[in-house]
Amino acid sequence: MAIFEYAPAPESRDLVDIKASYGLFIDGEFVDGAGAPFKTVNPATEETLAEVATASADDVDRAVRAARKAFGGWSALPGAERAKYLFRIARIIQERARELAVLESLDNGKPIRESRDVDVPLVAAHFFYYAGWADKLEYAGFGTKPLGVAGQVIPWNFPLLMLAWKIAPALACGNTVVLKPAETTPLSALWFADICRQAELPPGVVNIVTGAGETGAAVVGHPEVDKVAFTGSTEVGRIIARAVAGTGKKLTLELGGKAANIVFEDAAIDQAVEGIVNGIFFNQGHVCCAGSRLLVQESVQEELLASLKRRLATLRVGDPLDKNTDVGAINSAEQLAKIRELSAVGESEGAERWSPACELPERGFWFPPTIFTGVAQSHTIARDEIFGPVLSVLTFRTPAEAVEKANNTPYGLSAGIWTEKGSRILWMADKLRAGVVWANTFNKFDPASPFGGYKESGYGREGGLHGLEAYLDV
Amino acid sequence: MSDRRVTVRKTYKLFIGGAFPRSESGRSYPVTRTEHAARASRKDARDAVVAARKAFPGWSGATAYNRGQILYRVAEMLEGRRAQFADELGGPRKQALEQVDATVDRLVWYAGWSDKIAAVRGTANPVAGPYLNLSSPEPVGVVAVIAPAEPLLGLVTAVAPVIVTGNTCVVVAAERAPLPAITFAEVLATSDLPGGVVNLLTGHQAELAPGLAAHMDVNGLDLTGVAAPELKQACEQAAAENFKRVLTAAEDQGTRRMTAFMETKTVWHPAGI
Repeated sequence: MAIFEYAPAPESRDLVDIKASYGLFIDGEFVDGAGAPFKTVNPATEETLAEVATASADDVDRAVRAARKAFGGWSALPGAERAKYLFRIARIIQERARELAVLESLDNGKPIRESRDVDVPLVAAHFFYYAGWADKLEYAGFGTKPLGVAGQVIPWNFPLLMLAWKIAPALACGNTVVLKPAETTPLSALWFADICRQAELPPGVVNIVTGAGETGAAVVGHPEVDKVAFTGSTEVGRIIARAVAGTGKKLTLELGGKAANIVFEDAAIDQAVEGIVNGIFFNQGHVCCAGSRLLVQESVQEELLASLKRRLATLRVGDPLDKNTDVGAINSAEQLAKIRELSAVGESEGAERWSPACELPERGFWFPPTIFTGVAQSHTIARDEIFGPVLSVLTFRTPAEAVEKANNTPYGLSAGIWTEKGSRILWMADKLRAGVVWANTFNKFDPASPFGGYKESGYGREGGLHGLEAYLDV
Repeated sequence: MSDRRVTVRKTYKLFIGGAFPRSESGRSYPVTRTEHAARASRKDARDAVVAARKAFPGWSGATAYNRGQILYRVAEMLEGRRAQFADELGGPRKQALEQVDATVDRLVWYAGWSDKIAAVRGTANPVAGPYLNLSSPEPVGVVAVIAPAEPLLGLVTAVAPVIVTGNTCVVVAAERAPLPAITFAEVLATSDLPGGVVNLLTGHQAELAPGLAAHMDVNGLDLTGVAAPELKQACEQAAAENFKRVLTAAEDQGTRRMTAFMETKTVWHPAGI
C-alpha cells in the first residue's frame, strides 16, 4: 500500500520531568488536597504519569479566598504593570515550549505535531494578545471594571490552550482566578502554576484546583465567585446555567457543536478534502467545533468521497510523540467507549461505516479515522456530538437545502463552506446560524479572532476584543 | 331619557402575527372600572412564538436602513396619537404627555441604531496568517420580553432595542396597566412593521412568563420587567434548558439592551492569489 515507510521520529520524553505526585496551587504555593488523590494516565500507553490531588469543597474555599484577597492589589495595579506579568508568562511559555508540547501530548494523547505547532504557540499568542489589552481597556467599549474572582472549569481536549483562553483575558481585565482543569489532563495546568511562580505573579492571582466534577461544582457554586466560565459538554453546561440562575454571577459557556462542513460542486476538491480531514481528524476529533457533518453536493459526492478515502489511507495513527503521527490516542477509556457506542448506533441505524486499513497499537485508547456514508438527518450520528474521529456524510442539491440541513441542529458553534464563488460564500455565511464560519478553510484559531457559539453551543465569546466582555462589569 | 350619545367602548385584544385576536381561552381581566384586557393563555403565547419565528427571516433579512425607517415611522405614528396615549396613561395631564414624548424620543434614539450597531460591535480581526477575518453582530432570533411596569415607556424601552437589531419578539405587557400596550400595537400595525415582528400579550405575568422562559423556540429572554425574585429565578432556570440569552437588568438607553440579544459571527477566508 505505502510507497515507502516513514522511519519513526519520536520526540524525547526526557524533556519533561514528571514527579510521582502533585498538589493544588493555592495562594502561590503547592499544597495538599483533602480529597482522595487520582491518577492521570498516558492514553497512548495506559501508564500512570502521576498522582494528582483532589480539591475538596474546603480546598476550593481556600483557593477562592486567596483569589479574593489577591483581587484588591491585582485590580488596583495599573494596566501597564499587569500587562508586564502577562508578557512575562507569554515569554516563559515560549521558552518552555518544547517541554510543554511533550507534556501535553503525554497527558492528552494528541500528536506532538499538533501540540508543538498549534496548541503551545497559540497559548503564548493568547497571553501576548491579552497582555496588550490590559492597559487599553478604555478603548474596548466594555468599561474598565473587573468582576472579581473568576471560577473557571476547562475540558481535556486542549488543556493548556483552554487555560490560556480563560486566564489571559481574566487577568488582563484585573480579575483573579480559580481554575479547575479536567481530571484526565491536569498536568499542564500544574506546569502553568510553576510558570506563574517563575513570572513572580503575585500569590493568589492564579489558583489551580484539581479534581473531577465535584471539585468543579464547588468552584461554580462558591458564593464568593463573581464570574463563571466553562468549556465542556452541553449537558454539564446546562447544569451550570441552572445553578448560576438567579445568583447574579456572570456566566460564559463554550459547549458542544455539530458543525456542517458544506462542499459545493465548484469547490477546489483537493483543498476541500484537506479541509474536511483537518475539520474532523484534527485532535482526534476532540474538538467542539469539529466539522463532524460533511454536507456534499450530490453531483460531486462520488468524486469527493473517493478522494477523501484515498487521503484517509495516508493518515498515520499511533504514538503521539512520533513527529510523523497525524492521529493520536483517544483521551480516555470512557471517551473511547462513548465513540464506540455512538458508532455502533450509526451502523445499527443503517449508515455505512468505513475506515482505512490501519493498525492500532495494542495498548492505549485508539479509534481509527472513520466515515459514515448514507447518513440521514434523523440518524443519531448526524444529531449527537460524538467527539471523536467520526465523520457523517450527508448530501444536498441546492444551496437552500444546504442551509436548511446545516442549521437543523440545536448547536451553532461553527460551519464550513467550500466553493469558488465569492457571492455564494457571503450568502451562505449570512444564512448559517453559527458563531464561526470558515470559508475555504477550517479549524483556524487566533487570539485576535472571537470564538463562540449560537443556540445550545453556549453564550459569550472568547478571543478578540469581544472576549474582554466576559471579564468586565459591562 | 336623555338624547346624549352613548360612547362606543373599545374592546382590547391581543396582537399576534399582525392581527388582533381575542385570547383563545376566552378569558379577560378587569383593568379599570369599565375596561377589560384579554387574559392570554399559554396557547396564545405559543401562537405568538410561532408568529415571531415566521417573521424572523424577513425582518432579520431586511436592510438595517429599512428597519431604521420603520422604527422611525413607529415614532411618527405614536406622535400622531399623543393625546390619545396621554388619556390612556391617565394621571396628571402634564406627566402623561411627558411620558408619551419620552417614548417617542426613545423610539427615535433606537431607530437610529439600526445601521450603526454593526459598526460599533463589529471588528476586523488581524489574525496571524493570510486570512480575511471579520466579526459582525447578528440578531439572536425570537426574544420573549416581560415588559416593565411603566405601561408605555417601559414597553417601548424593552421592545425597540430588541427589534431594531433584527430580532422578533413576544411581549407580555405590564400586568396592571396593559391598555396603552394594545393601543401601541395599533400604532405598530399601521407603521409598516411586518406582522409577527412584535406580538403582544396581555394577562398575568406569573402565568405567561414561565411558559415563554421554557419555550424551546425562544432564543432570548428579557426579564427586566419581572419584579418578584422567585419568578425571576424560576424563569432564569427554565431559560437554561436551551441556553436562552437572558437580560435581567440594563439601563434604559444604552447598547447593552441591543447586544444582549445579538450574537457575534466571525467569518474566515484565505487571502491569496
